[in-house]
Amino acid sequence: MASARDDVPPIPFDPDFDFGPAAGFDPLARRRRSRQVQAIIVVALSFGGVLGAVSRFALSLAIPTESGRYPWGTFVINVSGSAVLGFVLIMLIEQFPRGRLARAIIGTGFIGAYTTFSTFTVEALLLIRDGHPDIALAYLAASVAAGLAAVWVGMTSARLVLRAERWLQQEL
Amino acid sequence: MTLSLFLVVGAGGLLGAPSRYLLDRAISRRIESDLPWGTCVINITGSFLLGLLTGLTLADHLSPTGKALLGTGFCGAYTTFSTFTFETIRLLEDGRFLEATGNVALSVAIGLATAAFGLAIGLAL
Repeated sequence: MASARDDVPPIPFDPDFDFGPAAGFDPLARRRRSRQVQAIIVVALSFGGVLGAVSRFALSLAIPTESGRYPWGTFVINVSGSAVLGFVLIMLIEQFPRGRLARAIIGTGFIGAYTTFSTFTVEALLLIRDGHPDIALAYLAASVAAGLAAVWVGMTSARLVLRAERWLQQEL
Repeated sequence: MTLSLFLVVGAGGLLGAPSRYLLDRAISRRIESDLPWGTCVINITGSFLLGLLTGLTLADHLSPTGKALLGTGFCGAYTTFSTFTFETIRLLEDGRFLEATGNVALSVAIGLATAAFGLAIGLAL
């Protein structure tokens, strides 16, 4: 289910850190190099994080939320980020199984920082506190439902695109 | 004004994203489980921290710039919604409905509760 082909690694459950097996170094050299790899990954995803946070801030200014109203800004951010993460992760894992850096920058860094869970919970909390538990409940339920649907749509469209690509390659 | 806020939010994101990566990695290496505990812990602790910062801001103990740096920048980048939904769909694809439901229920319920706790502390300080 996770993967259509045998040469592609399984899709991880936690894609934020689980970048799959590294290339086949011998154990000692691998330990030494893994520190360098980690340092490069951390620096790279930090810059992805800057872009993600700044993009989220820009979008939140474009879709401002008045207090006591449904937080459309964060809703749009979290749902769109979920769709993009689903699509991009499947593409990267299936096309670049060893592409750890690309996944770190785009997935963990950019999209991870673009979407936010803490703003989501605090906005719902403030809605409850300001006497709008109905909007809070709708916001919580709609964000989770739409976010899950968006990831699924992203993953499924990436798999369809890859299947179409393989079919086209066989035909040509 | 807005440009400096963008810089401040970016600086928070510069620290938030690697904090999530390093903590997620540290937690997942110590727990022998393929369940996404790391992200769950990150989203719950981040909700507490943002609740606290929001309380401090409402009580005028934290400036809008401080809130932008630590709240919008750091907490926003440290916590993640997309990884949370991705992990839940992965569990569902694998037929693990109980784990998927538990992930959503725990993250949202405890995230809300800790955010409320943080907000109360921030308002009281």
